[in-house]
Amino acid sequence: MRFHAEPIEFTRQPGVGAPIWRGQTADREDWLRFAISVHRHAGRLCALWGSDERCSGGGFRVHAVFALDEGWPYLTLDLPADDPVYPDLSGIFAAANRMQRATYDLVGIRHDGEDRRPWLRHGGWPADWFPLRHDANHPPAHENLPSDYDFVQVGGEGAHEIPVGPIHAGIIEPGHFRFTVVGERVLRLEQRLGYQHKGIECRLASADFATGARLVGRVSGDSTVAFCWAYADALEAACGVTPPPRALALRALLLERERVANHLGDLGMLGNDAALAFGLSQFFRLKEDWVRLNAQVFGHRFLMDSIVPGGVAVDVEARHLAAIVTQCESIGRAVKELQRIYDEHSGLQDRFLTTGPIDARLVRELSLSGMAARAAGVLLDARCHRHGYAPPPPWNRLAVRPASDERGDVAARVAVRFAEIYESLRLIRLLAADMPAGEIRGTVEPVAGAAGVGIVEGWRGEVIVGVQLGADGKIARCHPHDPSWQAWPALEHAVLNDIVPDFPLINKSFNLSYSGQDI
Amino acid sequence: MLSLLKRIAKTGIVTEPAPGTDDMRREIDRLQDEVLNILGRALTIREVDAGSCNACELEIHALNNPYYNLEGRGIKFVASPRHADMLLVTGPVTKNMENALKIAYECTPDPKLVVAVGDCGCGCGEIGRLFGPNYATVGPVEAVLPVDVKVPGCPPTPIALMQGILAAVRTR
Repeated sequence: MRFHAEPIEFTRQPGVGAPIWRGQTADREDWLRFAISVHRHAGRLCALWGSDERCSGGGFRVHAVFALDEGWPYLTLDLPADDPVYPDLSGIFAAANRMQRATYDLVGIRHDGEDRRPWLRHGGWPADWFPLRHDANHPPAHENLPSDYDFVQVGGEGAHEIPVGPIHAGIIEPGHFRFTVVGERVLRLEQRLGYQHKGIECRLASADFATGARLVGRVSGDSTVAFCWAYADALEAACGVTPPPRALALRALLLERERVANHLGDLGMLGNDAALAFGLSQFFRLKEDWVRLNAQVFGHRFLMDSIVPGGVAVDVEARHLAAIVTQCESIGRAVKELQRIYDEHSGLQDRFLTTGPIDARLVRELSLSGMAARAAGVLLDARCHRHGYAPPPPWNRLAVRPASDERGDVAARVAVRFAEIYESLRLIRLLAADMPAGEIRGTVEPVAGAAGVGIVEGWRGEVIVGVQLGADGKIARCHPHDPSWQAWPALEHAVLNDIVPDFPLINKSFNLSYSGQDI
Repeated sequence: MLSLLKRIAKTGIVTEPAPGTDDMRREIDRLQDEVLNILGRALTIREVDAGSCNACELEIHALNNPYYNLEGRGIKFVASPRHADMLLVTGPVTKNMENALKIAYECTPDPKLVVAVGDCGCGCGEIGRLFGPNYATVGPVEAVLPVDVKVPGCPPTPIALMQGILAAVRTR
């Protein structure tokens, strides 16, 4: 099929996962025109990465996943080995900027735009050495010196900079924030990330499926279920495997448990950052109860390694399902009571309301997805029916209700988290009550040279994993994409015009992943 | 306000004096005394994430939930390494964090303790092997700093973390 009368022909990816269409081109003009057309139809740029195809007789390839109303077109552009340059998309989709720079740092193929600053490479390896090239071998000897970064300078009377990080004050991942302020008011925030870069994509190259699952499950520890599911979806689509219905239902149950765990923790932290320590104690108590049941039923507090290619690794007994349902009821009651306390607490609401706002226009401009987008009135949720879009199983039979809020501020992101907890608890009860019987795992036989993409609505937003298999049936290239790529720039906008002490609260209201972006 | 106070009263004290068994309780009480004997005051920890996936951090956060109530035992997380007796470091140490980690260590006053956290930070187990040194990572914490105690696990449970922290105190 074709989208918007563009010349590129797309075919629907097989399998039961999210609706994805694959297309390819070698024409840079087509690539650019397709991106413009997606943008014109209010679509988004979801992920962008590069690969080295020279060992299979090609050149280089740049991959992009876009989103339209009906699903996700996945487009690749072949580039000649001697001239691996592709059109810059950052003028169309701002989200392309950092992804394109990371693509250069890792694969050495560049866009033709202006911003050539490195993103993931801080100085740990030479500028002319690219880790994801097949002939990269071991990095040459290189002294790891801290490098300068060309932050955008803001001039004017009274403007000064506050550098924060990479090590932050709390128990949190590292990243650098450069504030320009006048008095207390933030004029500009520029992030420099990449501190968590541990070369996961390089580790994934030539991994077998099981090893790949372990690695992808550790891209972002708080989203391990979402990443493992997207990875499994991608491999199952590539190899033509359909997981059994019980496995799909269990995956959904695991994903919703992950969502609830993270939302409970965030609601506690948000209370704490607005000086209501009561909230932290209460929500962290509930979260601890929640993850303890995870450990009891699934063998891991954060559900790591529960989802595997072909199905799930752990089955649940009837008594466990009963325990899960009982817990949903007690947690639901407790959260309702706490929400009343949060809603009525004037000091808390004073900090939450109108703080760190983003609007629907910015959400679209930045290709934002997930919880933060829904809190700004953009009703995107891969689990939910919407005009022209039908969610994949098991969501299609659950009638998932998306949570949303129009305000776009911290208060909205708090409200959406509350609403999503209730909805997830409802879904978990539904799934537990109507759990299909049967197998929990099929076998996935590698198909040499096959490729696939998986997309899952994680608790932050769209988690995407693209997989390409080599001639040996092992992973040749795997790219895990965290929704934080798109959301970090939104945070830069959200802090404008608020004061520096509001930053921790605004930052926590997004709670983005550093490791997921830095991979 | 009334509902808030009611909630507090209804919750009561959930802190588990014994995370695990009674033996563990005695052990923790004893170690708490030991902390005070050795340091003459509470223990302060600066946590440094030098490259983790954030799962270790989630469990370190859990230490402050009312069940484990680490702060209630006189052990506190601080914002600056200059205020810390101990660095609690997760890994694998990335190239991009190597320098910052070294600076944090230099800023921590002597005598200082270093506890490496997680399979990646300790360089052990299957996950430690999968996240071994490569172009982007230096390796486990001990590749960069002298380590007193290792707390393996992917991620280690809050109880394992408590045991590791207390074991480190005992080494001095």
